[in-house]
Amino acid sequence: MPATLAKSGGLFLAMIIALFGMAQAQDTAFAVHMGIMALAALIAALAVMKGANLSGQLADNEHQYDDAPVRWGVIATTFWGVIGLLAGLFIALQLAYPVLNLGFEYTTFGRLRPLHTSAVIFAFGGNALICTSFFVVQRTCRARLAFPGMARFVFWGYQLFIVLAATGYVLGVTEAREYAEPEWYVDLWLTVVWVAYLLVFGGTIIKRREPHIYVANWFYLAFIITIAMLHIVNNLSMPASWAGSKSYSAFAGVQDALTQWWYGHNAVGFFLTAGFLAMMYYFVPKQAERPVYSYRLSIIHFWSLIFLYIWAGPHHLHYTSLPDWAQSLGMVFSVMLWMPSWGGMINGLMTLNGAWEKIRTDPIIRMMVLALAFYGMSTFEGPMMSIKSVNSLSHYTDWTIGHVHSGALGWNGMITFACMYYLAPRLWNRQRLYSLRLINVHFWLATAGIVFYTASMWVAGLTQGLMWREYGADGYLVNSFAETIAAIHPMYLLRAFGGSLYLAGALVFAWNIAMTIAGRLRQEAPMTETPYNAAADRPLPAPARSAGLGGLQPAE
Amino acid sequence: MASTPETPPKEGFSHRTLERNVTLLGLLSLVAVAIGGIVEIAPLFWVDSTIEKVEGVRPYTPLELAGRNIYMREGCYLCHSQMVRPFRDEVERYGHYSLAAESMYDHPFQWGSKRTGPDLARVGGRYSDEWHVGHLKNPREAVPESIMPPYAFLAEKPLKAGDMRKHLAALRVVGVPYTDKDIEQANADLTAQATPDADIEDLQKRYPKSQGRDYDGNPAVVTEMDALVAYLQMLGTLVDFKAGEAQEQPK
Repeated sequence: MPATLAKSGGLFLAMIIALFGMAQAQDTAFAVHMGIMALAALIAALAVMKGANLSGQLADNEHQYDDAPVRWGVIATTFWGVIGLLAGLFIALQLAYPVLNLGFEYTTFGRLRPLHTSAVIFAFGGNALICTSFFVVQRTCRARLAFPGMARFVFWGYQLFIVLAATGYVLGVTEAREYAEPEWYVDLWLTVVWVAYLLVFGGTIIKRREPHIYVANWFYLAFIITIAMLHIVNNLSMPASWAGSKSYSAFAGVQDALTQWWYGHNAVGFFLTAGFLAMMYYFVPKQAERPVYSYRLSIIHFWSLIFLYIWAGPHHLHYTSLPDWAQSLGMVFSVMLWMPSWGGMINGLMTLNGAWEKIRTDPIIRMMVLALAFYGMSTFEGPMMSIKSVNSLSHYTDWTIGHVHSGALGWNGMITFACMYYLAPRLWNRQRLYSLRLINVHFWLATAGIVFYTASMWVAGLTQGLMWREYGADGYLVNSFAETIAAIHPMYLLRAFGGSLYLAGALVFAWNIAMTIAGRLRQEAPMTETPYNAAADRPLPAPARSAGLGGLQPAE
Repeated sequence: MASTPETPPKEGFSHRTLERNVTLLGLLSLVAVAIGGIVEIAPLFWVDSTIEKVEGVRPYTPLELAGRNIYMREGCYLCHSQMVRPFRDEVERYGHYSLAAESMYDHPFQWGSKRTGPDLARVGGRYSDEWHVGHLKNPREAVPESIMPPYAFLAEKPLKAGDMRKHLAALRVVGVPYTDKDIEQANADLTAQATPDADIEDLQKRYPKSQGRDYDGNPAVVTEMDALVAYLQMLGTLVDFKAGEAQEQPK
């Protein structure tokens, strides 16, 4: 009880501080954000008081996994996924039909584009990473989540971060550095949440009952640590006022550019790659019911991937004022990065050795294989585009946009959907998903969507790049900039069409997950799926039996 | 599920040690990911040739800075680069390629990564104020093919940049050489630069090549449009590239 009092008292204090910040605010956006924070603190305080005896219950349940935050995470991933894709489709249509900017300052492309990128990367991807990591670390360590209260704080604190970032973009609060747009106080909040995340994840590994730390957890751990390092260094800044939203980056010009792309590239490398490879290393073997293809390859792959990725940032700054030596170093490491990337893809694909027929019979496996295929394709395309002569053509064009989306829609999207399909029936104790056949519908909508998207952006990118540098026989530039915009209009329409197909697939996915949670089963011809076997899911030993199982040693 | 190797523990180091110790695994991961950044980024702060000194580059005036903050707020960097690469076509289309020194006071940099619209590194002085205001209000009136969002609301909103003294002081903390006088005068400088016939002799002494006038065609109010156009009109104008060109010697 004193703990509850202290917690809710602390939250009330936080609320009062936020209200004070709101009263002192130098600009409207800061006042709005302090208001949101005060409201969040109030809700949290009330929740703590209402659930005063909850923590007592939580502590006693060592024989059961703590899956509530994972369940919330599946719902949040689905929700933010649809929102993020919807925002993406809207801004794609704005580029085709500028009238859709609607004439309001809040609905211009410039303010909605960060909303789209943050919603898909940090809200959809981030929730998928947090919830799968909580699921995987418990199973592979045979231990309940450490610090259950803190795990709940991580989930809700992260949602608050998303809400602050998203409302900030619409209100024009931004640091104007791609993928690191949230302002200083939102960055500080994320830092707090992230440290709590590291404590919950690391704490669970420390209390494990398995002697080994499973390979998926190496990737999750490297992802959490590296994102902390990148986030803190890249967001060093000086606020103009402690009660205002505006801050100025600690770095300028060349140094700021490289720090930002060191961050930006490794948001891809560690958020969207290392973390998602961790998902692959658990869910692909589980769904295929096969062990990981090569243990040695996973060791080499892990260390080479995390060591090499961090060097690749300068390839975003080819032919700029960044010193040449840094550009060349970035290019060389980007090309080398091809190898560990494909090492990971091979390790995932070859896990299906002996189970290849499942591509025909198991729609979740099919989705995972597609994800790995796109991972392979975009990690080949990336090193190619980082070669300076290729980059001189591709940089600043829509080719980059196409490349990013083949990775994001193909790899991150598809592996996340597959994992959510795997998780939903298990987390809500359902016999199976609402519908396996709808996974097929989702699969084909998404695949067709990606093909339209990437193909149109390749054409648009090459068209732009070649038209910008086209010289006539007279020795003058042939095209004005405006002519290049008109030339790629049809490609922008095709891109929006591809995006709407992908969004339609995601809506089918959301429907399937919602119906599964509701406990419904669609009447349909059966398809094979990996059966849910509670014993094989390695549950914790029940308290009565645990004394007899001498083989389960507590971790060191 | 893990394909645990059944080999007996070896003498000396084995990867098994790392797989059983989360602290060691985490620390070594941190070392592995720290090296690349340290080798690539740290030297930029002390190798002198990173930014070669160029005559003419100066910190932004308060009005230009307020305009730059609007440029960032509206996400202009998402579609416009400010980095001309050293290629024949880019130099002919946009002007002299960008120098490192030209963004040495940019906190943050705004080089951009995508040209949905043209590069703006040297847009200053290329068009008239009237063209900019008309184009920002309704881009398709000036360029029929344009897909830029309309920014008519900038002309309606009085500029509320906040206390510019605090902004300049924050920038000085991170290394921009504003003088005490610059900071003291910041709010007055902001208004003076956007007011026609104001005395800006002292301002121009402290900020060489700065221009003062009413930018948006509405001398009664200093609007966000004034600030943004003031910023756009100074982009890329500080360095005199003509002085560096080969000169014809009089015979």
